[in-house]
Amino acid sequence: MAFLKAFGAYVPSRVVSNEELAPRLNCTPAWILEMSGIEERRYAMPEETVADMAVAAAKQCLNRAGMSAADIGLLIVSSGTAERRFPGPAATVAHQLGLANTPAIDLPMASAGGLFAMALSQSLAEAHGNVLVVAAEKMSTVASRAPTEAGIAILFGDGAGACIIAPGDGPAKIVDAVMHSDGAFAEDLRLEFEAPLSMDGRSVIMQASRKIPGAILEVLRKNSKAAVSVEVFLMHQANQNLIDRVARALEVEPRKFYSNIRRYGNTSSASMLIAAAEWWENARPVPGALICFAAFGAGFHWGALLVETV
Amino acid sequence: MDNRERVAAVLKTVSKKTTMPDADESLFDSGFLDSFDLPDMVSALEQEFQIKIPDSDLNPRKFESIARIESYVESRK
Repeated sequence: MAFLKAFGAYVPSRVVSNEELAPRLNCTPAWILEMSGIEERRYAMPEETVADMAVAAAKQCLNRAGMSAADIGLLIVSSGTAERRFPGPAATVAHQLGLANTPAIDLPMASAGGLFAMALSQSLAEAHGNVLVVAAEKMSTVASRAPTEAGIAILFGDGAGACIIAPGDGPAKIVDAVMHSDGAFAEDLRLEFEAPLSMDGRSVIMQASRKIPGAILEVLRKNSKAAVSVEVFLMHQANQNLIDRVARALEVEPRKFYSNIRRYGNTSSASMLIAAAEWWENARPVPGALICFAAFGAGFHWGALLVETV
Repeated sequence: MDNRERVAAVLKTVSKKTTMPDADESLFDSGFLDSFDLPDMVSALEQEFQIKIPDSDLNPRKFESIARIESYVESRK
């Protein structure tokens, strides 16, 4: 059995409002808000790397868990926006955390990466001990590459989230997880080398609108749980309209879907863990509360993970 | 009602527009459907025609116009 120990997050200090972004994209702040539910996002400084953000989130996570880097048996870093082909950011993050011999794995999966890393850690924790999962993205660079498309550039922000999954104990046990991949629509959301992010929004919304509720229901039904019994849904923050649609599909009150997309935009694989870190810091769930994570992203890859507080 | 009229009736319930597009007119380019209307359109078509549209068929091009939708639902029956 594996447990969630703690979460951490980092977002850059530079706030980019819709008012700042709209003139550059030949649109209006009101249109951005209507299309996405986003009012502002954070952009990293030019010299700030994916690894830098990952380390900041990891350190907060370790601190909140009352652990040091030496307690980590395996590091997994998810990022779809690493600056180079190899080595990926995992080795750099490990080095910056002071880890010299700990295995560090890259998961270049984009939006579903944080969820997949957590789901895999459920079993990896048994073999390796405490697993530090970090998801970090510098989306501002890839979303604003020329030719810039307003419908894409408005969505994304930068940031990192982290989580520690432990084999022994923790404030919440991982009950189960489901993961799925289908390459049939791989061309509909992709990032080629040096090209801007390419997205067929209609295809992504159609698929995500079905697959996210489907994965959530799958993991709940496998464990004889109902959607209405879940305390909070911590979902990939892709678009507020999508989050609301998933809530409707599950017939769950929208307020049960924690959302911070208004402030950070879509930070790809980092978004779910940033949301989790914020929610976890302020929430005081009673023992036995169900928390459901869910994500969907390029690939397409999607899944859901169910935890229960102890 | 024939299938084209039934598709048009479904569109009327989903679209925010009150007019009707030509059968071959793009529902997206003409503003009859946006990205978030499309999943609702698919669900409404499933109900109206009593069909299950699999995820593998969730290709926006299949739902580009009334004529394409008509052709698709007829292929599913």
